[in-house]
Amino acid sequence: MAVGPRVLEAAGLPGSGRLARLREWWEQEHIFGYGLIVPAVVLLAVLVAFPFGMAIYFSLSDYWVGSPGEFVGLANYREILGNETFRQTVQNSFVFTGIALTFKIVLGVWLAMLLARRLPLKRVIRGIVLLPFVIPTALSTLAWLWMFDSLYSVVNWTAIRLHLISPPGPNWLGQPAYAMAAVIVVNVWRGLPFFAITVLAGLMAVPREFLEAAEVDGAGSWRRFWHVTLPLLKPVLAVVILFSTIFTFGDFNIVQVLTRGGPINTTHLFATLAYQVGLQGGNLGQGAAISLFIFPLLAVVVFFQLRYIRKE
Amino acid sequence: MAVARSRAARIRSNVFAYANLAPYLLFVLFPFYFMVVTSFKSNAELYNLKSIPFWIQTGAILDHYALLFQKTDFVTWMKNSLLVAVVATTVSVVISILAGYSLARLRYRGAGSFGTAVFVTYLVPPTLLFLPLSQVVVWLGLADSVLALMVTYPTFLVPFCTWLLMGYFRTIPREVEECALVDGATRMQTLWRVVLPMALPGIICAVLFSFTLCWNEYTYALTFISQSANKTAVVGVTADLIRGDIYFWGSLMAGAILASIPIVIIYVFFLDYYVSGLTAGAVKG
Repeated sequence: MAVGPRVLEAAGLPGSGRLARLREWWEQEHIFGYGLIVPAVVLLAVLVAFPFGMAIYFSLSDYWVGSPGEFVGLANYREILGNETFRQTVQNSFVFTGIALTFKIVLGVWLAMLLARRLPLKRVIRGIVLLPFVIPTALSTLAWLWMFDSLYSVVNWTAIRLHLISPPGPNWLGQPAYAMAAVIVVNVWRGLPFFAITVLAGLMAVPREFLEAAEVDGAGSWRRFWHVTLPLLKPVLAVVILFSTIFTFGDFNIVQVLTRGGPINTTHLFATLAYQVGLQGGNLGQGAAISLFIFPLLAVVVFFQLRYIRKE
Repeated sequence: MAVARSRAARIRSNVFAYANLAPYLLFVLFPFYFMVVTSFKSNAELYNLKSIPFWIQTGAILDHYALLFQKTDFVTWMKNSLLVAVVATTVSVVISILAGYSLARLRYRGAGSFGTAVFVTYLVPPTLLFLPLSQVVVWLGLADSVLALMVTYPTFLVPFCTWLLMGYFRTIPREVEECALVDGATRMQTLWRVVLPMALPGIICAVLFSFTLCWNEYTYALTFISQSANKTAVVGVTADLIRGDIYFWGSLMAGAILASIPIVIIYVFFLDYYVSGLTAGAVKG
């Protein structure tokens, strides 16, 4: 902590010594500015930028856990692209992200519209809505794992009792299409609060007069939503969608706990496949190459986000 | 309200809203309810296909909870989680206050680029870097220790908190700072005594979010740590209560509940901060 000049004078120290010059130097706006940002920059350089460079290096080398390999050029990428499991993973990632995101957008806006009303118990409801976002995802996914159990699934139990399906019902995590559905359901369950609460904040910023004017002009509630509310929500929606795209695409927790990529790799995402190949299989080179496939999408998202921020 | 509405119409509208919300709230809450029910149910009833899964018929038991404390390192896992979360949060929030203030308030060459860099790292999902980081951790001699997590968690906390705090710092009027500087305060004193107290809500928000993110983190904690005694609560519960093909469902649920409780308690007390942080993170951007 810097000490004020008065304290130093009182202590009988010369005001024009080395210390004073140092202090004067430190008090310059740009020096102080650089000084404060140094810890963050060092941290991000050492633990984000450097590992990112390493990921690229790994992906171009024959690097196994415990044995640094040599440079092999694009061999890892060539091998991955020819790999059936990897192609399946690419397809899974797009299906998973596309469907989950669509549900989150539509349900998120719907939920936000409902939460924007002046309801009794509004605070409590809002608190409940956010719950899946706050509770550790890996732990709440355990509850879903149990609910989708092959033998004791409560989902099937209920559906059978309601005569919606015939016993024994689907083996949720053991059949490809059902497993993908299960993973998507949990992702929507966990990601919806973020959409709802953020869109809600955007809704609060929609001026009441606009809606009232439209109402006076005879616009029904659907047209008010479509022509007034939705266009005004666009900026908020754009940001939330971009955010969610990258984090849905890069998801790990839900798939890892629920299916570990199975059955027969039909729910693998880049992150879970990279974990399996790179850490469990020990092939760091290929694992890094797989996880780097998240990067192009990240670049697109960053591009649009930055453009949006600059516009603001 | 400008347009007068009858009481009946308002009630009808509220009923409509509740009728729509009810199924969703059920969807949100059921997994948690089911966790609680499962954690108190005897194995005999749990694995009886003829019993009704929704409630407990043969009496609630505490055996599943007892197993956590007697046969696993659950208490150690909780301690590890707490330790990691407190250290990583403290370090990250301090670094972020400095960086956030610098980027939001001080004018110097390159500030814009640093801001962009922070924002870009904010968007990097942890799953992109966990493989190289697992090697960095080995080189630093931190493999298989909670220190590995304390060192790596700030990589996603600092970008987030910096971005969040920049928004709060910008809302403080410049004049307040200028007054302090004119009165002879150093820049550090101005930041410490004038700016920080005014940005307190933002700092509380950053602390809450950081703590929650640390406590809930799964990818790094799973990847960097293998010894049971060094695991965090989230990884310990998900990994050590599934042995091969055997799932200790009752204890899995009991562990999931107990490991979530600290977060739920914080959440209940600070709900508004969570909401404002969530929206500030994306909207203020």
